[in-house]
Amino acid sequence: MEKEILRKELKVSAIENGTVIDHIPSGSVFQVIKILNLTEYQNQLLIATNLDSQKMGKKGIIKVSNKFFKSDEINKIALFAPTATLIIIKNFEVVEKKKVEVPDYAENIVKCFNPNCITNNEEITTRFTVIDKADLKLRCHYCEKITARKNIAFR
Amino acid sequence: MKNKSLVSINDFTREEHIRILELAGAFEKRPKQRILEDYVVATLFFEPSTRTRLSFESAATRLGARVIGFSDSSSSSVTKGETLRDTILTVSNYCDIIVMRHPKEGSARFASEVAKVPVINAGDGANQHPTQTLLDLYSIRKTQGSLDNLNVAFVGDLKYGRTVHSLVQALCNYNTTFHLVSPLELKLPSAVKMSIKERNLEYYQSTDLQDVIQKVDILYMTRIQKERFADPLDYEKVKNAYVLRNNMLINAKPNLKILHPLPRVNEITSDVDDNPMAYYFTQALNGVFVRQALLASILGVVE
Repeated sequence: MEKEILRKELKVSAIENGTVIDHIPSGSVFQVIKILNLTEYQNQLLIATNLDSQKMGKKGIIKVSNKFFKSDEINKIALFAPTATLIIIKNFEVVEKKKVEVPDYAENIVKCFNPNCITNNEEITTRFTVIDKADLKLRCHYCEKITARKNIAFR
Repeated sequence: MKNKSLVSINDFTREEHIRILELAGAFEKRPKQRILEDYVVATLFFEPSTRTRLSFESAATRLGARVIGFSDSSSSSVTKGETLRDTILTVSNYCDIIVMRHPKEGSARFASEVAKVPVINAGDGANQHPTQTLLDLYSIRKTQGSLDNLNVAFVGDLKYGRTVHSLVQALCNYNTTFHLVSPLELKLPSAVKMSIKERNLEYYQSTDLQDVIQKVDILYMTRIQKERFADPLDYEKVKNAYVLRNNMLINAKPNLKILHPLPRVNEITSDVDDNPMAYYFTQALNGVFVRQALLASILGVVE
């Protein structure tokens, strides 16, 4: 057991201060980076994907140095990575662990799956109300159609 | 309701719906009142809909308002590539209220957020057409005396008809019992059925029209379009099963009224037209009174 933990640590090195986003579905790692605007991030950023996970089979992990997210900012990723866990690190110590929560609203993150929706035809900020958090169903503020989990796409 | 846009039937409360229907009743008694003489109504029809546009323009003109606008997007700057946002921002400088029909779903909501004046949705793609719903409610209330506790049958294409979806949702406020008659391919979508279930209202689904006629107070007919079927053979099989003929009405309740959003093709044979139960042309006339009520109350001329 100890050996395994050690091996895990070796795969992605520890950060001194910042946020670790763990248990991201492997396919969503790059979406999470986009949603959190980390593509232009100037501090140390460690990204790994397709790591073995007992819980998930394969998982991704992102370690963001010197960054502590506001909850409404980080909860946006729950739409794509509902399994994600957050670990807050200070001085190499875990100070807090929490799960992401699906937000009540989603603004300009998700694309409406209805091709005839005005938001897919003009430059308009998309707005959704999350009507089912467990099953993930979002109602478009504009066309009123429901985008379900299987149709969710990043804008 | 002053300055309030009407985009979706749910934008107005049940009380506001009733208020509009009462006002419409007053306009039916006195349709010509020049109470909007100082107002300009813009009718922006990005796709043609002669019936709806004429109904709105008739309503506005009978109240003395001036009407400006266009009747399809080829005669507007849309063909030059102007965005909806720019068109709405510009036109809202010229008028006191915008009536809009647009092929994209959600366009009316967006317009109501951009415009400086209130917007009435006259149909946004397959999404909403709230003034149709209000005129349907008006017709039901007028012929039955009340909206409460009625048996209402919806017949034909229940899958794609937005008129049906909005009216079903609106009637969920009135303890309606629903009879949903359609071919299996065109059943009411589950999202709409959800609103019936949420209210624990009774509903019956069937494929047989004759069976329900004697049970209902309102028979709401719709057209089944050939394009809706992937296999033309499936259409051939059902096309005659949802045609209403006069001899089918023998055992109907005496208070039954037949509604149809029009245009009708062949789903109601012309021998029904002379039956006192046929109400679809009066229903279209009621649309003018309902639109008069909406224009007058949103512009704040009546309360």
